[in-house]
Amino acid sequence: MSDQTEPFSAGPAEEIMLAARRSRGKFATAMYELGKAPLTAKFGLLMIVLYILLAVFAPWIAPYGEAEVVSPKVYAAWSDEFVFGTDQIGRDFFSRMIYGARNSVSIAFITTVLAFVLGAAVGVLSACVGGWIDQGLGRFVDTLMAIPGLIFTLVLLTIFGTDLITLILVIGIFDATRVYRLSRAVALNIVVMDFVEAARLQGERLPWIMGREVLPNILPPLAAEFGLRFCFVFLTIAALSFLGLGIQPPLADWGSMVRESSTLIGYGDITPLLPAAAIALLTVSVNFVVDWFLHKTSGLRDV
Amino acid sequence: MFELLPGNFARAVLGQSATPEIVENFNRRAGLDRPFFERFGVWLWGVVQGDFGISYSSLTASSTGDQDRTVASMILPRLENTLFLAAAVAIVAVPLSLGLGLLAALYRGSIFDRVVNAATLTSISFPEFFIGYILMLFFAVQLPWFYATSMIESTTTFWDHLERIGLPLICLVLVIVAHMMRMTRAAIINLLASPFIEMARLKGMPPSRVIWHHALPNAWAPIATVVGLNLAYLVVGVVVVEVVFAYPGIGRLMVDAVVSRDVPVVQGCAIIFAAVYVLLNLSADIIGIVTNPRLLHPR
Repeated sequence: MSDQTEPFSAGPAEEIMLAARRSRGKFATAMYELGKAPLTAKFGLLMIVLYILLAVFAPWIAPYGEAEVVSPKVYAAWSDEFVFGTDQIGRDFFSRMIYGARNSVSIAFITTVLAFVLGAAVGVLSACVGGWIDQGLGRFVDTLMAIPGLIFTLVLLTIFGTDLITLILVIGIFDATRVYRLSRAVALNIVVMDFVEAARLQGERLPWIMGREVLPNILPPLAAEFGLRFCFVFLTIAALSFLGLGIQPPLADWGSMVRESSTLIGYGDITPLLPAAAIALLTVSVNFVVDWFLHKTSGLRDV
Repeated sequence: MFELLPGNFARAVLGQSATPEIVENFNRRAGLDRPFFERFGVWLWGVVQGDFGISYSSLTASSTGDQDRTVASMILPRLENTLFLAAAVAIVAVPLSLGLGLLAALYRGSIFDRVVNAATLTSISFPEFFIGYILMLFFAVQLPWFYATSMIESTTTFWDHLERIGLPLICLVLVIVAHMMRMTRAAIINLLASPFIEMARLKGMPPSRVIWHHALPNAWAPIATVVGLNLAYLVVGVVVVEVVFAYPGIGRLMVDAVVSRDVPVVQGCAIIFAAVYVLLNLSADIIGIVTNPRLLHPR
């Protein structure tokens, strides 16, 4: 906890504001903080940058196309020509891994952004307005949260079918409920503060109060939550793809790649583990960075 | 409730080549030609009586009612298998993670704490199927200690059953223990920071007495919450693990039904999952209230 290191004891709201000021510091401060970061956080950041580069420059890095059948031999062994062999219809496994970074990561990212825009907007609104709107939204979210996530998603996917847009919408909206909870809880601490009251008395409109007075002050916890939510969404989509219900072929995706090549495990071949390891490495990296970030911006979660 | 559907279900289930007569027959037998509220009423009335309806997949086969497979008859044996696995996991995982969490909280900041923390953080970040396949590769393929897949027949005896679920058991225990241990640790640390524990320490009480007589009686509520939450998580985690190890449980049934868009089966499975989830959370709350009478009188 930061209480022990700081000479004065700051309330939760002040602490969040302090954290906000810190995180908006100059570039030099950012680099200085980065230099002091623990090894795990540096490793995590490095990995995340690497994944982003892979995703952006996939067509230039991958030796073959995403859905290109390059070999008449299915499940070919590792060789110089095909680094990780070929998959069940003779596509290059290595190339599909690289394209997988693009699809899996970007789809999870879009879904998380959707969940955040929706969840934070409604959460802050509900904190600012209060009254029966707040109550109604709260009960609605409670109902949604009482259903286990994966089961809820499975049911909705049966009903609406398994195309990509549905997948993103279903998971995005479901995860928005958690973001709603957090942003509403944090925003409630800010709404009661004097400067919000002052803004209200000035006659500022609701969008201004939400966007300019409250939102900047709840950014640090939301940013940390973004990382955790991203991991969660990423793992959910990977699990769904692994079950054959997520990202559909011919799009390359790590979850479905594990599923398609899983028979190889029986022959002691580690190829199916590679995409799974790629998923695991990214989530571990994001977790490391979030851990460090949370540590920096006051002890929101001491776990 | 899930039958207010867009799209043509008969087409999705029967395929594009179905003639209009077959589609119409399917709709009539599945009751899709009747209004939504009537269908919902009939379905709900059936569920209270233990009748979850008839699987769409059997409706496609014949137009008479003699080969119908009821959802209940599909779910029941599977549910038994899943409960067996879940119970076995709970028996191993709960004491293990509570013990580890308690130790990590008591020796906070020590090497043990840090190692366990790093290990569980890593394990949480891994998708279940990654852990599953790693286990399968090493302990079933390279070292033939366990069965790679868990085939269960009606003739399988109890001990045989236990032996066959070895790998799914370990896989689920790894995932659950990671979550449960971290939450236990957080709950205990939270508790140890409260003023009455400090008071007991300042009085010069021996640490063991502080733990057993002051901390533990107040720890039951948070621990029950942790266990309840994680067993509820287990219900969901079991879906993926059952698919990895081809275990004939309700999770795999549900996934197969989602693929073939067999709505009554999905509904039935979802109802059971949701019921277990709610029941576990409810019992955690009850235990919390029973062990802490203060909660009976909310302010």
